[in-house]
Amino acid sequence: MSEISEEQVAHLASLARIALTDDEITNLASELDQIVNSIAKVQEVATDDVPATSHPIPLRNVYRPDVVGDTLTQEQALQNAPDDDGQRFVVSAILGEEQ
Amino acid sequence: MSTAELMDFDEAIEKFEPVLGFEVHVELGTATKMFSAAPNGFGDEPNTNVSPVCLGLPGSLPVVNEQAVRYSISLGLALGCSIAESSSFARKNYFYPDLAKNYQISQYDEPIAFEGEVEVELSDGSIRRIPIERAHMEEDAGKLTHVGTSGRIQGADHSLVDYNRAGVPLVEIVTHPIFGAGALAPEIAKAYVATIRDIVISLGISEARMERGNLRCDANVSLRPWGQEKLGTRTETKNVNSMRSVERAVRYEIRRQAAILEAGGTITQETRHWHEDTGTTSAGRPKSDADDYRYFPEPDLLPVVPSAELIDELRAALPEPPAARRRRLKTEWGFTDLEFQDVQNGGLVSEVAATIAAGASPAAARKWWTGEITRLANARGAEPTSLVAPESVAELTALVDEGTLTDKLARQVLEGVIDGEGTPAEVVDTRGLAVVSDDGALIAAIDDALAAQPDVLQKIKDGKVQAAGAIIGAVMKAMRGQADAARVRELILERATE
Repeated sequence: MSEISEEQVAHLASLARIALTDDEITNLASELDQIVNSIAKVQEVATDDVPATSHPIPLRNVYRPDVVGDTLTQEQALQNAPDDDGQRFVVSAILGEEQ
Repeated sequence: MSTAELMDFDEAIEKFEPVLGFEVHVELGTATKMFSAAPNGFGDEPNTNVSPVCLGLPGSLPVVNEQAVRYSISLGLALGCSIAESSSFARKNYFYPDLAKNYQISQYDEPIAFEGEVEVELSDGSIRRIPIERAHMEEDAGKLTHVGTSGRIQGADHSLVDYNRAGVPLVEIVTHPIFGAGALAPEIAKAYVATIRDIVISLGISEARMERGNLRCDANVSLRPWGQEKLGTRTETKNVNSMRSVERAVRYEIRRQAAILEAGGTITQETRHWHEDTGTTSAGRPKSDADDYRYFPEPDLLPVVPSAELIDELRAALPEPPAARRRRLKTEWGFTDLEFQDVQNGGLVSEVAATIAAGASPAAARKWWTGEITRLANARGAEPTSLVAPESVAELTALVDEGTLTDKLARQVLEGVIDGEGTPAEVVDTRGLAVVSDDGALIAAIDDALAAQPDVLQKIKDGKVQAAGAIIGAVMKAMRGQADAARVRELILERATE
C-alpha cells in the first residue's frame, strides 16, 4: 500500500523549488514509499522506551569560546557570487519577505 | 487604508475583545556569532564580518557559541522560565536570500527555556502578568536592501545582500495569548516591550537598541466578540521597532479589524507591514503552503544539556527582578510616585539609571530624559533612547553644574549632540556655546548698556535694584545668552554703585 501520495511529492518538490515532470513524481512517490517502508521495519524493533535519536554519537555541549577568529575579506566573500555590486551580493527581486 | 475604514477605538473595544501575542527577537551582545567565530558587529563595511559558515559555503560546519548559551539561559531564568534539561537545534527550511544556507538554524520542539511569566507595570501602577510560552535560540538573517523605484519590496528590480548580520545570536521570546487586556491592549503592548528591554539591559546581554534592530517585536492581534470562546483570526505585524510604534500598531490593528468584522467581513490571516510614517499597517504575505518550514533536527549540532551547576550559577548571578528594581531605584533616587511613573512610562528607567551611574544627579537625569530629550524625540518621531547616550546626558549635566552652560545653552548643546556633532564638550567648542565667565567681557557689556540707558542707571543708584532687569536683558542679548544671569546682576549692581 502506498503511503506517499503523488500530491505529497508535488508539494515537497514545490517547497524545495525542484521542477518535476508527472512521470518523475509518479516514480519518486513509489521510491520514497519503499524508503518509508524500510524505515518502518526499523521502527518495529524500537520499543516505546527508546527515545528519538537525532545524533548517533553520544556527545553533547560542544561549544566554542566567544572569541573572534578568522573572517573572509569582502573580496573573498563575493568571489563566487553570480553578481555583486562590489560590496554586496546582487540577487533578483523576490516576492516575499524576511521570515 | 483610509481612516474611514477604521472603527473608533473605544467603540471597537466595546464590541470586541482584543487578544494579543508577541514575538520579541533579542540580538545578543556577544563578541562573535551564534555558530561561527566571525565578529558580531554593527555598521561595518558590508560582507566583512563573515566566515564560510555565515555564507553557507560547502563543508563549513557550525559550532555553538558558549557565551550565547549562557546569555540565553540567563534570559530564560529572568523571564521566570524553566530551563530545558536537554535542548536541541533544528533547521527551519525556507528559500529567501537573507540566509545563504536556505535554512535558518533555530529551535523547534526543544527550546532552551519554556513556560515563564513577566510582570509588567502599567501607567496607573497596576501590574499585569504576561505568560511566556518559550524562549529559543536561533540565528539572525542577513540584511536585504531592495533596489527599485519604490524602495519597498513591491516594485524592486533586484536586492542587495549583506551577510554581516547573518548568524548573529538571537533569542526569540514568544508569549502565550494574552487575554483580558481590553482598552489597555496598546499600553500593555508597549509596557511589555519596555519590560523585556529593561530585563535584557539589566542582564547586560544585549545593547537593546531598537533603532538598530537589537530588539524587534512582532505583534499578533486578533479580535473576538465579547463572551465568545473561539479566538478570532489573527494578523502578525512584523518588525515593529520602537515601543511607541508597538503601541500604535496594536491600536491600529484593533481599529482596522473591528471595522472589517463590523461590516460583516473576515480577517485574512497574514503578516502585515508597519509603516512608521503613516502609522498604518499594510498586507504582507498571506499564510500559505510556504509556511511549511519542514523543521528537522540540525544534524551538524549536538544537544545543549546545561548542568544544574551552570543553571544555579546563572540564577545566582541574575539581577533583581524588574519590580524589585523599580522599588529600589525609586527610593534611591528619591522620586515621588508621579516622578517615577513619568520615567517608567517613558520606558526610560534604564537610561536614567545609566545617566546617574555616569555621574548625573537623579533630578537632573530625570529632568533631561522626560523633558527636553522626550520633547525632541516626539518632534522627530523617534524614540528618546535612540537620540542620545546616557553618558552624553551625564556630561551635559556636569557642564551645567560647573557653570560652563546655562540650561538654555545646554538645550542647544543637546541638539548638537543629537545631530551628531560630537560629545557635549565638542559641541560647546565647535558652536562656541560656553557661558562667558570672563568678568572683563561682561563688565564691558554692562558699561555699554548702562551708558546707553542712563535713566536706568540713575534708578539703580536711587536704590531701585529691580530696574537692573533691563540691563541684564541687554547684557544677555549682547552675550547671545551665553552668560550667567546671576553673575551679570551682581556685576551690574557693583558697577552702578561704584
